[in-house]
Amino acid sequence: MSWRPLGVIAGLTARELLRRRLVHALLLLTALVLALTGWGFSRIPHLHLGGELLTPQLARLAAAQLLLLVMFMFSFVVGLTAAFLAAPAVAGELESGIALAVLARPISRAEFLVGRWLGLALPLLAYVVLSASVEFWLVAVGTGYAPPNPVGAEAALAGQGLVLLTLTLALSTRLSAMTSGVVAVVVFGAMWVAGVAGAFGSAFHNTAISAVGTVSHLLVPSDGLWRAAVYEIQPKLFASASLSRVGSPFSATSGATPAYLVFAAAWVLLVLAAAVLSLDRREV
Amino acid sequence: MAAAGVGGQPEGEAVITRGLTKRYGSRLALDGLDLQVGYGEVFGFLGPNGAGKTTFVKLLLGLGRPSAGTGQLLGRPLGDRSARSKVGYLPELFRYQGWLRAQEVLTLHCQLAGLPPAGFPDEVGRSLELVGLAGRGEDLVSTFSKGMQQRLGLAVALLGAPRLVVLDEPTSALDPVGRHDVRELIRRLRQEGVTVFLNSHLLSEVELVCDRVAVVDRGRVLAQGALTDLLSGEGPRVRCRDLPGDALPGLGALRRDGDWVSVPGLDRSRTPELVAAIVAAGGRVYQVDEGRASLEERFLQLLERA
Ligand SMILES: Nc1ncnc2c1ncn2[C@@H]1O[C@H](COP(=O)(O)OP(=O)(O)OP(=O)(O)O)[C@@H](O)[C@H]1O
Ligand SMILES: [Mg+2]
Repeated sequence: MSWRPLGVIAGLTARELLRRRLVHALLLLTALVLALTGWGFSRIPHLHLGGELLTPQLARLAAAQLLLLVMFMFSFVVGLTAAFLAAPAVAGELESGIALAVLARPISRAEFLVGRWLGLALPLLAYVVLSASVEFWLVAVGTGYAPPNPVGAEAALAGQGLVLLTLTLALSTRLSAMTSGVVAVVVFGAMWVAGVAGAFGSAFHNTAISAVGTVSHLLVPSDGLWRAAVYEIQPKLFASASLSRVGSPFSATSGATPAYLVFAAAWVLLVLAAAVLSLDRREV
Repeated sequence: MAAAGVGGQPEGEAVITRGLTKRYGSRLALDGLDLQVGYGEVFGFLGPNGAGKTTFVKLLLGLGRPSAGTGQLLGRPLGDRSARSKVGYLPELFRYQGWLRAQEVLTLHCQLAGLPPAGFPDEVGRSLELVGLAGRGEDLVSTFSKGMQQRLGLAVALLGAPRLVVLDEPTSALDPVGRHDVRELIRRLRQEGVTVFLNSHLLSEVELVCDRVAVVDRGRVLAQGALTDLLSGEGPRVRCRDLPGDALPGLGALRRDGDWVSVPGLDRSRTPELVAAIVAAGGRVYQVDEGRASLEERFLQLLERA
């Protein structure tokens, strides 16, 4: 693999996001949501409960809960965005015939695919880090609540985006853009449901049901990473079993182990390699 | 004829295939194709719809893999990357990034081809000029008409002085002027010693520019060779009346077909002798046919026979 064609394709891909005004639309909408939620969070310390102002502790607790909800929506947006970006990135070019002229050049399929991946992954990472950081900052300023590990949370959310991006890209080397997008989104949702089921199983000490969660976290680490993000966002005391609401997708009893993070990274690389192989074997 | 190009052509052939076969499921798209194209030749690849022309070109460029057989492109195995850096390709399905400007598409291909960046603007300007798109470089590709997009595809194929230019139905969307321009372009490439591989079913076009042709049908080569050889073969015939006898002195036995007479086995170069002999024998000549079949006739004959 050589760097020049890789960089050319990555640059082309990122430029397409700009030219098609995707970046503008996403940033504009995100800014709106950030402004709205920022305003909402700033109102929390002024709320009354039974005629009295919320204590700072209670306000922070409420803020943490609300933040988890917002970040849950955000993780969905990141996952769907990743799938929507990746679905046409390879399949669309193959279907339209644009890939014919490009792949006839001295460029390998691996360079083409990894270039595509980089050109989508880097903007996605930037988007996740930027918007999550702004949100965390707004919450801290408005309510005084700061997630215990914001950087870890952003990394986990970005990782979840990469999982979806890579999975969709791999699917789109064989399926149509539409189909790969839909399949990836369904898998995303199914993994999330399986994760909820698994948490339920763990709470009730049902090994069969909790295995569903474990298997789903190993099959596609999207929900596993979301839960890792939750753990880094929620107040430390949420993690203790008594406070952790049974099976809730908005709380986690433990963070991701280093082994799981390594696994998730390896998963992404492996699926990317599979995508290269799949594209390499296919007719253009 | 071919190897005498400008600047000295390399040894060997620009394209060689041996038993090149491609299956799509149970359909045989290419059935053991043996083909040879010399450096500097303008080669016409002819065949009816579905004959396998596009499939062949895709295998040459590594866009698909052969099911069997081997081949070389510019002296390298099929699909080899370094060979592809010296090839310009206009696909049959020509589509370029609609959200880019024409000159950006060309710059992209300069980059992908690994040309020296300092030369990009000149190269882009030159190729736009060549295909008659000068002044439209700033326009978005999505605003181009179909014919303009095909011209852009030609410009892409001509970037960076390629050794081999592969054109798959290059005039399918072009107006008569555009077709003429493409013929001129191909002639110009020939003068520069560039090898041209032209897929087409527009026989008149091929007849006008190609040195050698191959006729394919259902994945098999029916005939290949120099255009002049392929088109000769029938011998001269003369439409005349009042010609007595069934032989001409010095030429041989006559064959009659209505008013048309000919001497089996007579070479085209002896057409004037034939006419003189007929006139001398008292025949009145109305029409002389040198016996050069049109490519269309030959093409239909070959397909019928197959
Ligand atoms: N991707 C594919 N999958 C299945 N069959 C294919 C595929 N590509 C080509 N074929 C089949 O291979 C045969 C040759 O097709 P090809 O496109 O090479 O023809 P062609 O000579 O270029 O025809 P045309 O003049 O119409 O462009 C056809 O029977 C076609 O149906
Ligand atoms: Mg074709």
